[in-house]
Amino acid sequence: MPIDNNENKEFKPLIVAFCCNWCSYAGADLAGSSRLSYPADVKIIRVPCSCRVNPLFILRAFQKGADGVILCGCHPGDCHYTTGNYYARRRMTLLFSMLDYLGIENGRTRVEWVSAAEGVKFSQTMNEFIEQVRSLGENVRLEDLRCKNN
Amino acid sequence: MQEQLIARAKELLADGTVVRVLGWRKGDTDFSAEPAFFENGNGLDEFTYDGFCGANLSKYMIAASKLEGKTLVFLKPCDTYSFNQLIKEHRIDRDKAYIIGVGCDGKLDIEKIRSAGCKGITAVQEEADTLTVETVYGNKTIAREDAVLERCKACKGGKHVAYDELFEGCDEEKPAKEGRFELVEKLEAMDPKERFAFWQGELSRCIRCNACRNVCPACSCIKCVFDNDRYDTAQKANTTSFEEQMFHIIRAFHVAGRCTDCGECSRVCPQHIPLHLLNRKFIKDINEFYGEYQAGEDTDSRAPLTNFTTDDVEPGIVRERG
Amino acid sequence: MYKISKSKMPELLALIAGKMDLFLPVDNNGTVNFGLWTEDARVDLDTLKTVKSPKDAFFPQSEVLYSCYRKAKKTTIEPAALKDAPFAVFGVRPCDVRAFEVLDKVFLSEPADVYYAARREHGIVVSLACHEPEESCFCKVFGIDAAEPSADVAMWQTGEEYCWEAKTEKGENLTALVVSLLEACEDTQAVEEEKAKIRDLVDRMPNSHLSLEGWGQGKTKERFDDPRWKELSDACLGCGTCTFSCPTCQCYDIKDFNTGNGVQRYRCWDSCMYSDFTMMAGGNNRTTQMQRFRQRFMHKLVYFPDNNDGMYSCVGCGRCVEKCPQSLNIVKVIKRMGGTK
Repeated sequence: MPIDNNENKEFKPLIVAFCCNWCSYAGADLAGSSRLSYPADVKIIRVPCSCRVNPLFILRAFQKGADGVILCGCHPGDCHYTTGNYYARRRMTLLFSMLDYLGIENGRTRVEWVSAAEGVKFSQTMNEFIEQVRSLGENVRLEDLRCKNN
Repeated sequence: MQEQLIARAKELLADGTVVRVLGWRKGDTDFSAEPAFFENGNGLDEFTYDGFCGANLSKYMIAASKLEGKTLVFLKPCDTYSFNQLIKEHRIDRDKAYIIGVGCDGKLDIEKIRSAGCKGITAVQEEADTLTVETVYGNKTIAREDAVLERCKACKGGKHVAYDELFEGCDEEKPAKEGRFELVEKLEAMDPKERFAFWQGELSRCIRCNACRNVCPACSCIKCVFDNDRYDTAQKANTTSFEEQMFHIIRAFHVAGRCTDCGECSRVCPQHIPLHLLNRKFIKDINEFYGEYQAGEDTDSRAPLTNFTTDDVEPGIVRERG
Repeated sequence: MYKISKSKMPELLALIAGKMDLFLPVDNNGTVNFGLWTEDARVDLDTLKTVKSPKDAFFPQSEVLYSCYRKAKKTTIEPAALKDAPFAVFGVRPCDVRAFEVLDKVFLSEPADVYYAARREHGIVVSLACHEPEESCFCKVFGIDAAEPSADVAMWQTGEEYCWEAKTEKGENLTALVVSLLEACEDTQAVEEEKAKIRDLVDRMPNSHLSLEGWGQGKTKERFDDPRWKELSDACLGCGTCTFSCPTCQCYDIKDFNTGNGVQRYRCWDSCMYSDFTMMAGGNNRTTQMQRFRQRFMHKLVYFPDNNDGMYSCVGCGRCVEKCPQSLNIVKVIKRMGGTK
């Protein structure tokens, strides 16, 4: 995208949201059908379970231009596969801690548990997260210049 | 001690207990011993066990487990943790190994001797606490303490956690050294910007030689994700700053909870990137969040990342901690 | 011949860097590699061996060949620009200078590699004789004189001064550029003394008198099935440390990177030690680490001389000797399998 056209525009962060098929994706659906608003800059990727998300997915999202990445899954104890989100919780805790250790802003990553009935929580979470990423500005520390320049 | 080790190995070969020996072969200098398999007694005359035998032999047991017969392997205390971890992951066959535990007072790093100003080294002699380094530019004496491998500064202690017999000179009671997480803590205390600059400086030297991965006893995948050309994670030696970050984050993450902190990654890095600081960060986090855990201490407990409790901390802790 | 005092060196480097890109050994947290000169770079001309060789200056670890992208329903293909301005590579050791000649044989023979050729045409090599050779050096074995660099400009360290001598037209041009900082020097005695000192030191290095018997042209049959390849390669990790620190390793791979909006075709170094080296649709022609290990040394010591009138593609810089994680290296290979043993 040509950068020159963007000069006067305000920064619109690009958010990638990995949503588990059983709870959070349905929650997003409910937010939509209840006409709750959240910005269109949130790109939802549906995954079978929050534990399907491999740390590489998170890094790849940043590589391909995301400014923030959020993972949504069923509430602990409610996993469709019984325990998937417990594993996801440990993995993401460690991964986020590592990203923070490498000096990457810890506000760019987040995990939130959203059930199928929580359309309101979904839209609130997304609005909050976008605000948070907006305040951090564009993702520079974990960017891939090859994907930015053309 | 070396003669006794050779004699014992010959004995075990002769009585048929083992059919090959995995140890170190003398190099052409005092500081270039290489890991080697010996198939017969005569070859063993080239066997050595000296201060430069830092290489961890456990990973070679994956290959040896696939061969006929038992292999005699010499393991230092910290190598036995890696050995146990590989057993836990069903990568090696305990019945195919005969382990002789050997003692260790910390292994030497020739690169450290070089950076202490020794050029043109022709011989290195060890005497208790000092090293006499002979060079074409004259002799030099340095303290042994200043020349030990980085990992030995955070020695796990003298205990062998797996062995069939222990060789004399093993000090099972030798305590672990303090201060393993000192540098990690120092980095944690930095401002994120400084931390970022620090890691950029270090990782930018990476040449993607994959030595850290290939030497790692925990990296035992048959096909690594970074070699699998069905995905574009396999970027070979392309070293853009993102590739470097991605490779090292994923490498460290893949061994999180399985890394025994053997320090081979930092030992082999040609560019001296302190990779153990990434692994130790995971170890420290695991200890803090999920309770003290030392990979390789046993062969049957569940690793932290293949386990959970219902009241684990939430990922938000990273942000709350600041 | 000219000379310049050590204290004036930073000024000279700044002057060159003002006119062109300048690659030279730079210290990054205790590790020295060739890099671009910047105002706050910690230049280090004393370290004998950089971890990576200076071959990056002509054959970078990774370079984009062309990129394609789609914009407004139009596909554009943009080839990478060829190097078209002079640049200097400073502080190259004599062995690494010879390594450029080895690379020339590969990249400049028909069909010539345009990217390499353009860099070679515009690159000015300033070489520095080895003031303090080290034990891993064995350049003498391949007939390289550590005291007499054959680059565009040769330099010697004599006490608190560097002597400077232009050897080619390119070198003369560079000299003209910086002559204001140089001091004419007709007395060659100091340089001659330095040369004699270097030659004496090299002579005393443990590996300087290796015998190459059993290696070289026409030795393929004799060496290929040697049983000792197995014992030498047993401990090989299959990492790329030796190939990536080597000044003459020239194998590369060409791959595509998906930028999300197009494709970048790039080439990057490859290593014969890797399991996916020369992978084809039909599989791989070297399936064990022994075969890969053998390939590297046979290439340097037998195949290359076979194809290039006896020129070895090892220059004896000794980087792999110092850097191999498991202490396997070309010196051990030469010694254990050489005809003399």
